Amino acid sequence: MAVPIFYSFRNLWTRRLTTVLTAAGMALVVFVFASVLMLAEGLQKTLIETGSYDNVIVIRKGSQSEMQSGIDRTQAAIVETEPGVANGKNGNPLLARELVVIINLPKRGSSKLSNITIRGTGEPSLALRPQVKLLEGRMPRPGSSEIIAGRSVAERFRGAGIGETLRFAMRDWRVVGIFDAGSTAYSSEIWGDADQLMQAFRRQAYSSVLFRLRDPSEFREVKKKIENDPRLTLEAKRETTYYKDQSEMMAKFLRILGITLTVIFSLGAMIGAMITMYAAVANRTAEIGTLRALGFRRRSILAAFLVESILLGLVGGLTGLFLASFMQFITVSTVNWQTFSELAFSFTLTFRIACRAIAFSLVMGLIGGALPAVRASRMNIVDAIRTG
Amino acid sequence: MQILKLIFKNAFRHKLRTGLTVLGITIAVLAFGLLRTVISAWYAGVEASSATRLITRNAVSLVFFLPISYREKIRQVPGVTEVGYSVWFGGVYITEKNFFPNFATDAKTALDLYPEFVLPENQKKAFLRDRKGAVVGVKTAERFGWKIGDPVTLKGTIFPGNWEFIIRGIYHGARKSTDETQFFFHWNYLNETLRKTAPYRADKVGWYLVGVKSPDMAADVAVAIDRLFRNSLAETITETEKAFQLSFISMTEAIVMVIRLVSYIVIAIIMAVMANTMAMTVRERMGEYSIMKTLGFGGFYIAGLIFGESLVIAATGSALGIILTFPAAGIFGDSLSQYFPVFIVSRLTIYMDMAAGLIIAVVAAILPTRRAIKVRIAEGLRRIG
Repeated sequence: MAVPIFYSFRNLWTRRLTTVLTAAGMALVVFVFASVLMLAEGLQKTLIETGSYDNVIVIRKGSQSEMQSGIDRTQAAIVETEPGVANGKNGNPLLARELVVIINLPKRGSSKLSNITIRGTGEPSLALRPQVKLLEGRMPRPGSSEIIAGRSVAERFRGAGIGETLRFAMRDWRVVGIFDAGSTAYSSEIWGDADQLMQAFRRQAYSSVLFRLRDPSEFREVKKKIENDPRLTLEAKRETTYYKDQSEMMAKFLRILGITLTVIFSLGAMIGAMITMYAAVANRTAEIGTLRALGFRRRSILAAFLVESILLGLVGGLTGLFLASFMQFITVSTVNWQTFSELAFSFTLTFRIACRAIAFSLVMGLIGGALPAVRASRMNIVDAIRTG
Repeated sequence: MQILKLIFKNAFRHKLRTGLTVLGITIAVLAFGLLRTVISAWYAGVEASSATRLITRNAVSLVFFLPISYREKIRQVPGVTEVGYSVWFGGVYITEKNFFPNFATDAKTALDLYPEFVLPENQKKAFLRDRKGAVVGVKTAERFGWKIGDPVTLKGTIFPGNWEFIIRGIYHGARKSTDETQFFFHWNYLNETLRKTAPYRADKVGWYLVGVKSPDMAADVAVAIDRLFRNSLAETITETEKAFQLSFISMTEAIVMVIRLVSYIVIAIIMAVMANTMAMTVRERMGEYSIMKTLGFGGFYIAGLIFGESLVIAATGSALGIILTFPAAGIFGDSLSQYFPVFIVSRLTIYMDMAAGLIIAVVAAILPTRRAIKVRIAEGLRRIG
């Protein structure tokens, strides 16, 4: 025969202050746990969605990012003749020679500088990235000092809004459009005409060549051909792989930080739950004795106290998750160490994270309540009743 | 005296509960201390910077270089004692995981401008004589087991190719806060190779390091240098080393902020646990407090009892936490040395630990004390468990 759940519930209700304090401790732990998972998820989502599986990015051998890479015009032209490159609607190859540089821009409302990626693009650049959409204004005219800014750059950096001008590389650049690239890394970039930017920055070489594969399964052959060509000192990567590599260090850092914090914090919260449950057991010794005398089994007593503790965990977990769900409104912008450029991403709550957070809170409650519940179930009937 | 005895007796009456609470506070203070140390490790470069060193870099951003010809012009600015220059080389030793900072630098001036890098005289001479020579910090040398005379090959990421070096010196930091992970070699070696392989990239440096006579001249010298190159192809920004380091940190400010926030959350969690302990304790002793009131002890006395007990528990936990912070920081620092070259528990961190313990104790005792003082004697006596 089981002790009714109502009994456990009423017990929590009677000691409201204690319940609230214990649940608050757990809620904070769940809040941190969920937030860190959400942050890692947001970062990953941003960088994975940035690349397309059938796009290939070519950079100089040995360089880790477009920023460090350099491809001169001759080599870029050789890549362009590669038969594995798909053709666009107008018959030209879907291949963009791009320039990537970093400049310092001040944020709106402060004089703090941050690193912004400027991408010199070609005409096919937009077609190669279906996730990039023009939100306002128009595309820059080729051969002019016009640029378009990603949504998160336009919002956060001085002079990057539509109609405003930015000054860099001894020229004034007019922002003629704002583009949105969802939650991808492109939203933190500024785009302009590659040849104009190369002249302005006095660069002799492109940074990367990006192209669509005619047939996605041909990747291996195309890669081999490019990397073994004696005229080229380049390497080819799938765009998805490239962006995943870029976030490796940051994701690892977040993971280590998250796991360490959660473990330490949950120890604190479990101790809190344990204190509460031990007190609950100690205060109710006579009650437990009576229940046993009435014929409830040891097992039922154990279950009743475990349920009480798990309920406590659930209250904490739900509160924590509720608080964490508000984090979705926050966008974090930081410099990715590997690319040395600004990257904006937001906390992302998924169903899986919610489940994990609730499961985690239940486990915390279970572990915290285990020892006290065992003590309760082991009590001797006569001794227990006498203490009343 | 009597009250002290009573406080201690009370605090350890419920051995299990007090033990668990103390353990919780120990963990929280330990976590708080470690997180604080992570933040100060983040700012280690700022702490180690000198007020008499300026950094001149390209105004566009750090990825753009400056011509080597600027050196003589900067040297002529009044107040400048020495001009050095460096290039971030970004070489990789075997795999990307073996990260350490490496620079191509003007060897002679670099050692003069950085007196905190201590290098024995004979190693210094050997380094200056060898064109392929390199000097490495003791931490990185120990990490890879490098000894003087060992050949080392770095794979260039910014400058393609395999670059061979011979370790000619291993430096130690003059202070605890000095970065002992850096690797630097002759800029001439890099430049001569570039002249052959990529002439348009040759004769350029990443940034100039400018030594000034005294700290109060720094601002004027910085303005004078920037004025020299205004409206040229490569305009400059000159700032103190400290400002330069701070600008790096401000880029990752969001992460520092998150860590700071989280360090307060851990204190909040343990506050809830501690407040719970005190609430339960006071609830159980309501009868006792009522008796004391009957005997004529005032509210202040009872408040003193409760606050005292809270303080004793929190202080024990904090003390344990602070003691454990040192070995924990040692282990942490070793495993994260590639992220944080300097990882030391500062005195400020210890003070903050103590403050956190005090705040936990006081906040936890407020509500229960209010209850104990407000309760009417008859009601308190009637109450059970």
